[in-house]
Amino acid sequence: MTAELHEELTDPHGEQLDHGAASSRPLKSRIAEPQPRGAKIRGNRPVDQSEAANRFMAATEHEAMHDARLWDLRQKRDKEMHGIEEWEELRNLASGIKEHTLSKLDYYLELFEKNATANGIKVHWAKDGAEHNAIVLEILRSRGVERLIKSKSMLTEECGFREFMAHNHVEVIETDLGERIQQLDDEAPSHVVVPAVHKLRTDVASVFAKTIGSDPDNADAHYLTECQREATRPLILSAQAGMTGGNFVVAETGTFVVCTNEGNADLSANTPPLHIASIGIEKLIPGLNELPVFIRLLSRSALGSPITQYTSHFRGPREGGEMHVVLVDNGRSERLGMEKFWPGLKCIRCGACMNTCPVFRRSGGLSYGATYAGPIGLIIDPTFNVHKYRNLPYSSTMNGSCTNVCPVKINIHEQIADWRKTLAGDGEISPVKKVMMKAAGEVLASPVVYRASLPLGRSALRHLPHFMLYNKLNTWGRKRDIPETPKQTFNEWYRKNRKSQEKSQSEGENS
Amino acid sequence: MKVGLFVPCYVDMFHPETGIATLELLERFGLSVEYPVDQTCCGQPMTNTGCEREAAKTEELFVRNFGKYDYIVTPSGSCTNQVRNNMTAIEQTDAVKHVRSRTYELVEFLHDVLKVDAFPWAEFPHRVALHNNCNTLRNLRIASMSERREEPFSKPKALLGMVKGIEFADLTRPDECCGFGGTFSVFEEGVSAKMGQDKVTDQLKSGAEYVTSSDSSCMMHQEGCARRMGANLKYIHIAQILNGARA
Repeated sequence: MTAELHEELTDPHGEQLDHGAASSRPLKSRIAEPQPRGAKIRGNRPVDQSEAANRFMAATEHEAMHDARLWDLRQKRDKEMHGIEEWEELRNLASGIKEHTLSKLDYYLELFEKNATANGIKVHWAKDGAEHNAIVLEILRSRGVERLIKSKSMLTEECGFREFMAHNHVEVIETDLGERIQQLDDEAPSHVVVPAVHKLRTDVASVFAKTIGSDPDNADAHYLTECQREATRPLILSAQAGMTGGNFVVAETGTFVVCTNEGNADLSANTPPLHIASIGIEKLIPGLNELPVFIRLLSRSALGSPITQYTSHFRGPREGGEMHVVLVDNGRSERLGMEKFWPGLKCIRCGACMNTCPVFRRSGGLSYGATYAGPIGLIIDPTFNVHKYRNLPYSSTMNGSCTNVCPVKINIHEQIADWRKTLAGDGEISPVKKVMMKAAGEVLASPVVYRASLPLGRSALRHLPHFMLYNKLNTWGRKRDIPETPKQTFNEWYRKNRKSQEKSQSEGENS
Repeated sequence: MKVGLFVPCYVDMFHPETGIATLELLERFGLSVEYPVDQTCCGQPMTNTGCEREAAKTEELFVRNFGKYDYIVTPSGSCTNQVRNNMTAIEQTDAVKHVRSRTYELVEFLHDVLKVDAFPWAEFPHRVALHNNCNTLRNLRIASMSERREEPFSKPKALLGMVKGIEFADLTRPDECCGFGGTFSVFEEGVSAKMGQDKVTDQLKSGAEYVTSSDSSCMMHQEGCARRMGANLKYIHIAQILNGARA
């Protein structure tokens, strides 16, 4: 079975396009490595990110591809950054605009509602995911909608939207290719921009073979894309309603902007007569003057491309159509009131922090077991459920790369440190960490106890100081050699070689 | 100028030669350097884990030990960052504020305070890869970082450039964290070790004979990975090179 390529998938010289070229390189092994799955979710028990990360790294082809692919995005981002002289100024502006808007959010939300209503948009307010889902279901049911096409939206992931709709017998078709792959595989997106980036082409081939009947042995990216296109296009054309998210909501014009690279949001919004946009209340910006700051930063930060292929402005329903905007809070108002954690609301979901994060690149996004993975996830997820996500802020070396790529200057690594403090203060810290740190604190507060705890002579692990390796599993030594303990500590050397001189000098001075 | 030498706990324990080189190097510039023998640690392991309360007594001890000096110098940017930016578990008295604002990492002290322009005794005819600790790089700003659009600069490179015979090996991901991350190296051992292995692989590919850094902690982790991998790389603190270590 072969599929003919659409003309736009080849360039005039018959060569594959950039992204396709990267993903169409032959895989090393002939036997496909099975895809590692994400974190094990056990009710409300704290998610064990490192357990899932270890499984991801054990699948070496997946880990290597994931790291290389995302590092490539980071490098493309750097290249774009160097092309913009005023890059740091743009980041300052973007941060300032978001901060301003968030500080007057009630005003801008009402201004948007007024202007959008005047444009013919019906504005709804949802305090949480459940309310959002109920509002959307009501709209769909009252119009007899059985099939909904939608573009990618992290907000609907927060709301558990697809599951809810399946339960209520509304068929939801994702139109973003990556998100569609994840939907067919019954898996959450692993990344806010590239939701199936943790999958190899062989994984996709296997998902498509099972769900849309493609050739399981053909893992050519163009073939797979074409198969999906053929399978999904009729569903899109026959859907009675379309749903999108919204990247930016412009208060002064009562409009909203959706950015995609596949044009799938436009397809979702424009094909059926009914368009519903679900948007978090933090997406507001004051006016169109502020918009270009974000448009210039968004795709450069996300993918290292100058602009998203489609940057679509929605102003109101088409003739004979309907347009609804559901503004969703779902914990955002509460977060806005958190002294240390409100800046997370500035996030424009570009994923740059994920691409640069060395832990994320090696762990895969599903290892976090939460809607938001990577650095931004570490600081947002605990606001949804502090107990379940209490381990996440420890899945970081706090290296600070995330903070410095963030286009809206969220102090991510500082917030990770603040979360650790908050969690430990609230008793939401694992007993091992607590016991170990209490012991360390006591040893290090006393020079005498500290000196007594040090290893003696050139001995191995059993003499390593307790406070450094207070761990039965000796995790340090599993993949690393233990440093040799020298003959004497610096302190001992100093006492022998310098302290005695000091004494004799001062004795000499006194005499 | 009265200088207090802070030798971090892991340097004291595992790398006394780094402490010795730091002391000797500072003395070469005619400084009167004292090492308060009752010192232990800066409190970073506890603070890093979120256990601020548990760090308080260690922080108090630090201030008692170092309150009397004009400058506190240490061969660790990570510990300097802790003292300067995160020593907040205790009441911010004048003594605490003094200690926090006067603590310097060795390289920035040589570069910014002493403004050293030569190390006539130093010669290191080897190919060297430089590793910047993430706290030192992004919080102390010891060098420009690849994430930002800024004029390139590197204080450690500027100092090492004055060493006769030295040759720099370029890494493909120079600013990538090596995975040490303090208590991260123990609590999240799997990812930590993988990042360390990747760092060592990058260093090997660069053709470096030596890796140097102003932080022993990262190098302790990298060296542990390198040895387990059987990689032929040597790790040496920047203080030793600047103090004239020959190899």
